[in-house]
Amino acid sequence: MKKTTIFGIIILLFILIVSLVVKSNYLFSILIIIGLYAIIVQGLGILMGYAGQVSFGHAAFYGLGAYTAAILTTRYHWPTIAALLAAIILPGTIAALIGRQTLKLRELYLALATLGFGILVFIAFNEGREFTGGPSGISSIPFLNIGSFAFDSDRKFFVLVWAVLALLLLGINNLVHSRTGRALRAIRESEYAAENAGIDSASLKLQAFIFSALLAGLAGGLYAFYITFISPAAFSYHASIEFVLMAVVGGLGTFWGPLLGAAVIVALSEILREVVPLLIPGAGGEYQIIIYGIILILLMVYKPEGLSSLGAVFDRSPKRAEQNTNKQ
Amino acid sequence: MGEQLLQLLFSGLTVGSIYSLMGLSIVSLFNITGILNLAQGEFVVIGALIAVSLCSIGMPMIVVFPVSILLAALLGGLIERLTINRARGASNLNMLIITIGISISLRGLALLIWGTDTYSLPAFTKGGPLFLGGAALNPQSIWIFALAVVNFAGMYLFFEHTYWGKAVKASVNNRTGARLQGINPHTISLLAFVTAGGLGAAAGVSIGPITMVTYDMGFMLGVKGFVAAAIGGLSNVSGAVIGGLFLGILEAFSSGLISSSLKDAISIIILILVLLFRPEGIIGAKRERKI
Amino acid sequence: MILKLNEITKYFGGIAAVEDVEFEVKEGNIVALIGPNGAGKTTLFNIITGALSPNQGSIIYKGKDMIGNKPFQMASAGITRTFQNLQLFGGMTVLENIMAGAYLRGKKGFLQSFYTLPRKCSEEKRIRTEALFLLEEIGLAEMAELPAAALPFGKQRLLEIVRALASEPSLILFDEPAAGLNIVETETLTNYLKHLKKRTSMILIEHDMETIMEAADRIVVLDFGRVIAQGTPAEIQVNPEVIKAYLGEDEQIA
Repeated sequence: MKKTTIFGIIILLFILIVSLVVKSNYLFSILIIIGLYAIIVQGLGILMGYAGQVSFGHAAFYGLGAYTAAILTTRYHWPTIAALLAAIILPGTIAALIGRQTLKLRELYLALATLGFGILVFIAFNEGREFTGGPSGISSIPFLNIGSFAFDSDRKFFVLVWAVLALLLLGINNLVHSRTGRALRAIRESEYAAENAGIDSASLKLQAFIFSALLAGLAGGLYAFYITFISPAAFSYHASIEFVLMAVVGGLGTFWGPLLGAAVIVALSEILREVVPLLIPGAGGEYQIIIYGIILILLMVYKPEGLSSLGAVFDRSPKRAEQNTNKQ
Repeated sequence: MGEQLLQLLFSGLTVGSIYSLMGLSIVSLFNITGILNLAQGEFVVIGALIAVSLCSIGMPMIVVFPVSILLAALLGGLIERLTINRARGASNLNMLIITIGISISLRGLALLIWGTDTYSLPAFTKGGPLFLGGAALNPQSIWIFALAVVNFAGMYLFFEHTYWGKAVKASVNNRTGARLQGINPHTISLLAFVTAGGLGAAAGVSIGPITMVTYDMGFMLGVKGFVAAAIGGLSNVSGAVIGGLFLGILEAFSSGLISSSLKDAISIIILILVLLFRPEGIIGAKRERKI
Repeated sequence: MILKLNEITKYFGGIAAVEDVEFEVKEGNIVALIGPNGAGKTTLFNIITGALSPNQGSIIYKGKDMIGNKPFQMASAGITRTFQNLQLFGGMTVLENIMAGAYLRGKKGFLQSFYTLPRKCSEEKRIRTEALFLLEEIGLAEMAELPAAALPFGKQRLLEIVRALASEPSLILFDEPAAGLNIVETETLTNYLKHLKKRTSMILIEHDMETIMEAADRIVVLDFGRVIAQGTPAEIQVNPEVIKAYLGEDEQIA
């Protein structure tokens, strides 16, 4: 398994080169957002691609992480790193509380229930005026700092987010090739047979759900410390749906899928914003929305398994690697 | 106090009829195709906005109503051919995402053509509110309620008492068997979306005079439709109607007596509770899977 | 004695699918469960593995009543099964199927799996070695890296049996393991089952009489959910009740 070593070198080189070469703060901000979304989608990918469960409510955990970090630092003046820790733990705890009952639901019912949960938390962000600042949100969130070192520039924050992401990728790669990863895949293939091999599927699904909520909370906390101002809009059901899209577009149950999906969807929105006005003079945001929707449909119709087969270099299956070389 | 309660009941029944209409469309499409259509709310909005444009060129309402339905039905069919039909055999999740894509595109289209303005539509019949027991009842509410009843009755008769209705049910239960009898499931899927478009527009044109119309109101309407459908167990036509009325009345009373900002939260909480504890629906018996 | 069923009864909508079933399995024995289709054999398997809970009766396994346990709890107590309609993990490799079957042979949880490199983990190495050994034994070793779904049917049956063995259970329930196998494969299977008696006790649902007479230590005959006879193959062969109910009046068991 030299794969992990190669991958590690690639991602470290990427972080190093980008942090040295890139000057534009805009580019850094895009990469940071991709990194944060990729963290969320990593967790969602475990839930969807391995445990076979869907969640249309992960923006809620993302938001809970962000609000936890924001409230604890601005209102209670916690050290930022402690607040970040709380931003991870709180969504995880909530997932643990609601998970067992929720995960009994199947497919579309689970999709509806989690969508409902997401909308409910979104309403709470808007209505919890004293605590959450209502629709206008919370501002003057401090930068994340460790001791006297503050992550106060886009460049520093980029390195932080992508380093976290790299560690997660490594951990998830461990996970899917471990006893637990096999058990999760076994549940997806045949829950009945998995149970008869001694796998407690309800408990493992719950763990995957909690894990994904922890990651969403982590991304939310980091987001709050990066953007230093949060409002409910970033955590609506649209965001939840977008996370699912990233997971599916990238390719479920694949190594590069989550990162690829996050990059493609974020880049797509950005590119459409830049390119559409050039192609259609005077065009506003409506064209972007339409084209975005159409591309989404096309992807699902013609590439339902996701895009990650394009990056199959690192895939374990020898067959797929073969197909890829044949194409070239 | 009695008048206030009656007033709330009227407005609850009005809103509830709207939710019933949404729920009916969602349930019938789900039963026929197995697809949970997240774009149903957008069909409603597009239908209503088409009517707005037709009215603005001076068409009388009696013509506007069928023409908008026809156009929206055509749109529904077109969308089915361009998307759903090309994704045969896709997983439920992929289908759900395709309907999300449809919903996003339609919202963009509505924004492009009609902008962010709030439109209103003329009521079907002129004249002020009726007064019953001291509470005012908007005549349009009666139209909406009537539409929900007709819609429900039509669906019931269609599925239970017509050749085509039975054919549709056959195609849901047994695709190969249906094919052997000369029934093409792809035709049925097309018709289902044509109907969904048409029903959406009928709902949109009828509720326009009361709710006003904006390009982005579709999503929440759709969610309410899902709640109505879920209360009935997602596949039960009568359940969706009763679920919609129940939800509408509950929302009216809770916003009238407690707080209006909580009404969306209440319907979502109901959705979650029903799904978690009575996934077969509150009204629907387990046995009654199909229409 | 490893398993004892007492008065097991299960109703489906008022009709008894299984009624007052009682039998025992001795350590290292193969007990064959036979009877016409619909006699309640698979229902009984579902009850013993915890997928269904009976309306009445007790399942005494290693001296403890197991009623109310779920399938994964039954499995960790040492009872596992195979399926009449194969339930392989089709998208996983043959080796991964066995390793997943050996889930109970490991301890590492979610978090530990997250921060341990699989290749640095001794438990992982052990499970892999054991799995390869099992595959070697049954002649599937060179197919270890193929997806399970790509195997021919006969090999898939075999793989499912090995997967059940991987957790080192004390009792395996085989649901028609010979169904769909040709004569040669059936014979191999029969020998393999006899060979397994050293490691585990077994209950076998099977229609192939030759396999049963050859492999089984005891036979339990079910008809309409009731046990109509039990005994050694020799006893069952001449039992008039069995001949009447199961084979028709004038046929002899092979």
